[in-house]
Amino acid sequence: MLTTLRKATLATLTAAMLAGTAWAGDLVINYDGSDPAPKKAFEQVIADFEKANPDIKVKWNLFDHEGYKTSIRNFLTAEAPDVASWYAGNRMAPFVNAGLFEDVSDVWADNGLNDSLASAAGAMTIDGKKWGVPYTYYQWGIYYRKDIFEKLDIAVPKTWSDFLAAAAKLKENDVTPITIGTKYLWTAAGVFDYLNLRTNGYNVHNDLTAGKIKYTDSRIQTVFDRWDELVKPGYFIENHAAMSWQEALAPMVQGKAAMYVMGNFAVAPLREAGLTDDQLGFFQFPIINPDIAVAEEAPTDTFHIPANAKNKEDARKFLAFLAEKDTQSMVNETLGQLPIHKDATVSDDKFIKAGFEMLSNASNLAQFYDRDAPAEMAKAGMEGFQEYMVKPERRAKILERLDKVQEKVYK
Amino acid sequence: MLSVLRNSTERQHYWKQNRLSIMPWLFLAPGLFMFMLYVIMPIFQSIIVSFYQWDGLGEKTFIGLANYAELWEDDNFYTSLKNNFIWLVLYMLAVPAGLFIALFLNQTVWGIRLYKSLFFFPFVISQVVVGLVFSWFYDPSNGILALIYSLWDGKPPAILADERYVTYGIIAAGLWPQIAYCMILYLTGLNNVAPDQIEAGRLDGARSWRMLWYIILPQLRPATFIAVVVTVIGALRSFDLISIMTQGGPYGSSKVLAYYMYETSLSEYGYRMGYGATIATILFLIMMVYISFFLWRMYQQEKGGR
Repeated sequence: MLTTLRKATLATLTAAMLAGTAWAGDLVINYDGSDPAPKKAFEQVIADFEKANPDIKVKWNLFDHEGYKTSIRNFLTAEAPDVASWYAGNRMAPFVNAGLFEDVSDVWADNGLNDSLASAAGAMTIDGKKWGVPYTYYQWGIYYRKDIFEKLDIAVPKTWSDFLAAAAKLKENDVTPITIGTKYLWTAAGVFDYLNLRTNGYNVHNDLTAGKIKYTDSRIQTVFDRWDELVKPGYFIENHAAMSWQEALAPMVQGKAAMYVMGNFAVAPLREAGLTDDQLGFFQFPIINPDIAVAEEAPTDTFHIPANAKNKEDARKFLAFLAEKDTQSMVNETLGQLPIHKDATVSDDKFIKAGFEMLSNASNLAQFYDRDAPAEMAKAGMEGFQEYMVKPERRAKILERLDKVQEKVYK
Repeated sequence: MLSVLRNSTERQHYWKQNRLSIMPWLFLAPGLFMFMLYVIMPIFQSIIVSFYQWDGLGEKTFIGLANYAELWEDDNFYTSLKNNFIWLVLYMLAVPAGLFIALFLNQTVWGIRLYKSLFFFPFVISQVVVGLVFSWFYDPSNGILALIYSLWDGKPPAILADERYVTYGIIAAGLWPQIAYCMILYLTGLNNVAPDQIEAGRLDGARSWRMLWYIILPQLRPATFIAVVVTVIGALRSFDLISIMTQGGPYGSSKVLAYYMYETSLSEYGYRMGYGATIATILFLIMMVYISFFLWRMYQQEKGGR
């Protein structure tokens, strides 16, 4: 009895030690895509990479999406993998500034990525250097119940007044116009970003997240005037502060709600819940001010080499592999998202095609409120958006508070 | 040779003389060492960090009392403080509730052990599970609460999405295991209640409430004391339930100091180690007031007991 126990302990110990010390030819990758589609896509990438580089053995650690955001700080400093997934834009700035990410400008130069991944080059650049390789991005917009719209004879809204009329008609017919789950806050930022992009354009979005515009600025007030037109008549679903974004999908599946301002990753769970492509549609967020160039939200996901990585040589090979046309086509086919590589093939899926067309015509691509603004500002801002959506009458107080936070964060 | 011998006898002599005072320290040493390393040192480290601006990765910058000045004007801090106070007061309900369940269960009927373990069950399961169960329970669209309201066509309140109810909703979830904990403390206490005193009380005509108040409760004082202590500590460090059920939301209205500290220093949008340490220091001072009172009372009782 005792000996078996001791044997078992010994075995676990050795296993733990083996996992800790990787062999020279090993490439350790930390990845946060624990949902079914990203996991499958990544398994395929690794299989292909190992086939192309038989001497490299890949070890990968799969992390829960939310948990990864806190654990990355620990493993970057303590036990760094050779490659780690993360996000573009301001979200990578803390790690770049702390010297925890490796400068990979050479990978970009050697593999011609400055040309093939040009569309995301800006989002990967800090201080004139590239800090990672993007592999996928996805569109945001409005997903809607096509069948309900048809039944109530509502046309796909193109302008703001169409949109308000559609919402009013849905509400009259006891369908909640827009579902949303703001428990984890960021969904509210998606609505804010789009209202801002459509009212004021990309530059104001950028200046706001860079701390150059106050939240009480008249331009931001206009954004909230538009938002009032949705919140005050009760076009958003009730109790959204109690729901996560996944829970907020349910009313849409049940036909109790008709629209959802979301990223394309919502399509997979909606289909899984039983909605067919005849029931589910997508349209671009309606135009509010026709004089403003149409910018879109398109968050980019990336891979980086930690500065403390042991096997940087193979890690560079992996990043280069990830930037290849075929890899990007394959990954995004499985993910149901868009490749960054300009020659990669875009999946035949109707949502991806619609997204690709929309983003190709966009004047600018914004990452997302919480990826463009510094973390502390993003948190306070998104809490403010949530509070505003529940208590619109507190708008003035919330915006003043955000000004206070802004002063502190950007000083 | 001779001097060595003398030396060793002197040493033995010293050992013999001071054995009684040295031995306790020897036995305490490992514990003290751990306590210094894992409790005392971090306390001072946090206090030091609270004077710095630090993101946990880069360089620390000394900013003096700026973090404290910021905290003084931070609305979130006052929300957390208020919630902590509500927690502290309402969590105390666990003590009388635990006592009454214990009194109720302290009888000998067939299967009482099963009932006792069922009542103790919530304390055994993880707080995370308790939080999940209660958030499903409160779910305004599919939860049991919604089902109960639908019996008379009422509209269920969204407890976890309404700033007015959210803290109370979480406290209710926290009370469930806490009552079980107090109950088990009282159940063991009740085993030690002297039957002769009850007998004597009964002969003197003490019944029900008077019996409880004058005979049983005084004998349960040690149990009451521990129950109060663990409940206060439980209320002040309430973190897991908030993290699971609301993440401090909606818009930060259910935060308490412990959660706010975690959020500013360690969560996804945090990484302000200095500010988090400042909150920790304040929380520490609040606990310090309570713990000093606790130690002082213990000291007084020990003195009286001898």
